[in-house]
Amino acid sequence: MKTETAIARFKAKAAEEGLLDVAYTTADSPFGPLLLAQTKRGLVRVGLPNQDQDELLVDLSERVSPRVLEASAELDEVRRELDLYFEGKLERFDLPLDWRLSGGFRQRVLRAINRIPYGQTRSYTEMARKAGNERAVRAAGTACGSNPIPLVVPCHRVLRTGGSLGGYGGGLPMKQGLLELEGVLDGESKA
Amino acid sequence: MTSLPPFQTVLDEHSAAVMAILQGAVGRDGAEDCFQETFLAALRGYPKLTDASNLRGWLLTIAHRKAIDHHRARGRNPVPVAEVAEVAAEDGIPVPDGRLWAAVGALPPKQRAAVALRYGSDLPHAEIGAALGCSPEAARRNLHEGLKRLRKELA
Repeated sequence: MKTETAIARFKAKAAEEGLLDVAYTTADSPFGPLLLAQTKRGLVRVGLPNQDQDELLVDLSERVSPRVLEASAELDEVRRELDLYFEGKLERFDLPLDWRLSGGFRQRVLRAINRIPYGQTRSYTEMARKAGNERAVRAAGTACGSNPIPLVVPCHRVLRTGGSLGGYGGGLPMKQGLLELEGVLDGESKA
Repeated sequence: MTSLPPFQTVLDEHSAAVMAILQGAVGRDGAEDCFQETFLAALRGYPKLTDASNLRGWLLTIAHRKAIDHHRARGRNPVPVAEVAEVAAEDGIPVPDGRLWAAVGALPPKQRAAVALRYGSDLPHAEIGAALGCSPEAARRNLHEGLKRLRKELA
């Protein structure tokens, strides 16, 4: 009797009984490994390659539920859409999202970001206005920086007024790479 | 209060010990079902656990109860284990020969669990006590009685 077989059967049963509060997996991307985590409501967290995955899992355990289990099959659809996106074959994600890790103004900013179309950019000021407080530009920037679901909620499409890149949780080269993928920047442009 | 680690961590760190103990306690055939029951019960109760300082003892207590349930359901019959293969265990825990295994399987539940925890999982008496829900002295006594009976059986 292999312990791995028993573990796989335990996880299948746990999923069947609705005990997988947080299912996660890792996925490859052109920028490095991603952590993908979802609840019964939807995708709750995307960890970028420069983030510590163990820390992200501990954070999910504390803020969502300690019933956190690696369950790659549960995230097949998320992985499939991300793969297509990185191949330039998908412009709009069709995934249920769980917004619970962001509250109040931040969540309003992120929901506004989620409506920026593929291949377009907006300024932090516009996002602050859309979220109901035009003067809270800095807070809008913070909301982008704390985006728990980057890539899918496209905070990489938010730039400084005047067009400079601003910041990115996954590092500026990744932000630049994503904007090049979407055809907003050509490979030559400098931030 | 210590915060609870992600359940996956608990599974990674303790699944081998739980499996080893269950194999000792109920035999190979029953171990997989007991393993599943143990971790499902643990996962159900996990968010309400208030003390994360001895997760291993907590899991082994659950495993022990599941092993007892298993024996009750089978009318406490000794586990048939004649066909156990003599191969080296991957996790470094030696696989006893069929005769020893059968003798361990035929011990009363507490003695069987104490022997399995001591020699299958290398736990000290205090942790065996924690796992069985008794004092270290009682754990030592169960272990002693179990070993005495095994020596007699196998002599």
